[in-house]
Amino acid sequence: MNNPAALPLLQLSSIGKQFGGLSALSDVSLHIRRGEIYGLIGPNGAGKTTLFNVITGLYQASAGEFRFNGQRYQVCKPHVLAQAGIARTFQNIRLFANLTALENVMIGRHLRTRAGVFGALLRNRTTRNEEHAITERARELLHYVGISKPAQTLAKHLSYGEQRRLEIARALATEPLLLALDEPAAGMNATETENLKALLQTIRGSGITVLLIEHDVKLIMGLCDRIAVLDYGKKIAEGIPNEVRQNPAVIAAYLGGSDD
Amino acid sequence: MKPNQKSKSLLVALAIALLLLPFVTDALLGRGWVRIADFAMLYIMLALGLNIVVGYAGLLDLGYIAFFAVGAYCYALTGSPHLAIAFPALFPGGVHLSFWVVLPLSALVAGGFGVLLGAPTLRLRGDYLAIVTLGFGEIIRIFLNNLNAPLNLTNGPQGISRIDPISTAGVSLNATQEIFGIALPSVHLYFYLFLAFTALVIFISQRLEKSRIGRAWMAIREDEIAASAMGINTRNLKLLAFAMGAMFGGVSGTLFAGFQGFVSPESFSLMESIMVLCMVVLGGMGNIAGVILGGVLLALLPEILRHSVVPMQQALFGKTLVDPESLRMLLFGGALIVMMLYRPAGLWPSRVRRRELDTDEAAETV
Repeated sequence: MNNPAALPLLQLSSIGKQFGGLSALSDVSLHIRRGEIYGLIGPNGAGKTTLFNVITGLYQASAGEFRFNGQRYQVCKPHVLAQAGIARTFQNIRLFANLTALENVMIGRHLRTRAGVFGALLRNRTTRNEEHAITERARELLHYVGISKPAQTLAKHLSYGEQRRLEIARALATEPLLLALDEPAAGMNATETENLKALLQTIRGSGITVLLIEHDVKLIMGLCDRIAVLDYGKKIAEGIPNEVRQNPAVIAAYLGGSDD
Repeated sequence: MKPNQKSKSLLVALAIALLLLPFVTDALLGRGWVRIADFAMLYIMLALGLNIVVGYAGLLDLGYIAFFAVGAYCYALTGSPHLAIAFPALFPGGVHLSFWVVLPLSALVAGGFGVLLGAPTLRLRGDYLAIVTLGFGEIIRIFLNNLNAPLNLTNGPQGISRIDPISTAGVSLNATQEIFGIALPSVHLYFYLFLAFTALVIFISQRLEKSRIGRAWMAIREDEIAASAMGINTRNLKLLAFAMGAMFGGVSGTLFAGFQGFVSPESFSLMESIMVLCMVVLGGMGNIAGVILGGVLLALLPEILRHSVVPMQQALFGKTLVDPESLRMLLFGGALIVMMLYRPAGLWPSRVRRRELDTDEAAETV
């Protein structure tokens, strides 16, 4: 057995996903190294979100092999992968809208805490300490992602940019090894995007690997260590941003260049 | 510190008022109303149990009364001569277990039924879940109605009578008892017993609401996919919600059987499930105080109507034109429509306190 720290964090081999007769992904192989920011781009309908959902357990791959942190996963529920260390955000923000910002992040701690029904009923010292730790950590994370509104604000009353950041805080609360972000900059203005970029760099600096799907090519090019490009469910390019930018297949996919 | 002290003294005042309530009610309105208050508390317990399933975990359950029935029949079977009559060879003297032995057992049995009926519904949401749970509720009632042949388990539609009254340390709650020179009639004794159980159920609800488990339930209610992506095992937590809710229903049902001395399937109709659901929804889903308010209002309303409509019509027209029972449904339907239009979150919705906290915090920072 190799030293798991030397292996890539996430390794996909020949992943395929079919919806009925439609093949959304075919033969996608890629690996994400520990500590990098990995970008996934492609035109609309290229299969980015499908791949993303396969990685986070929302969909089950129809074919191929999925390895995370040295372990092979076959049929897997999202909560099992979250336990393994994959946390995600959603393209259309999916916060717990009627709960407070603080509670949203506290729910992210569910996975790494233990109190059950008896703990809740007895509220013994262990449970109280755990609750205290959960609240403290949640407050820290709200601060970390830069939400300045009171922690008791309902999630739905936060601004759009803050909701995006709250999703990141909630995902970080699960202590992920891999933070997977589905179009985090969608709908953000230039300042918000800049702040997001800084936040993601800080997160990477803290040792968390980041997977990013993004439409904003400028953000991706400036932020990612490596990029994969999907088109029609296939990986057409992979590499460092500058290589990918000059890859003729990528240019063709984006600009609709002449097919021969 | 101050608001804490204030709420403490408020709690003490409330406790004293509740302890005096049966005597005041007895003196002002008559003993029948103490009995109605007893029933109101059974409903409050049911509503709080359903609140865990519907209010916290967001699972619309239309068959909840089945667990009330399970609890009631647990005590009816083990605390009455029925089994001795039906199976004289097996139970020559009847079972006659003590109420205090049956209570935890029937809570467990009801909880088990909660898991059993919850398990097949895990993939369903909203309307679909409601329809399936409605069906399950009816199945239980129909079983109770028909399990008198070939083996007479439930005595069918005639129900089971002569259930042992609840007694504590040899003191039967079915007779007037004298404590410190104060005569406590049976209904008063049951009132205090039910009050204690209601307090316990409120305590458990409150503790669960503000816990890791409660937060996970609310996460499932808000967005199941996001909850599961955050590492919440939605299957287990939904089953836990079904089980906890069913246990409350089972406890309430056991108390009901002991209080009433008689159970029959007709007490557990779909209408009762809907009543309990309305208590939760009208009162304010997810908010304990709101649910209690809903329970009190909906338990009292039909009684108030019963006691006022007939005399009023007699006085006005000299005869009864409208049956109070049909008027009840009319008013009830009207109230639901008005509520949906003007207070869709219930009479006492759950976030009021939070919003107050918000403004407090905002005021502090200014």
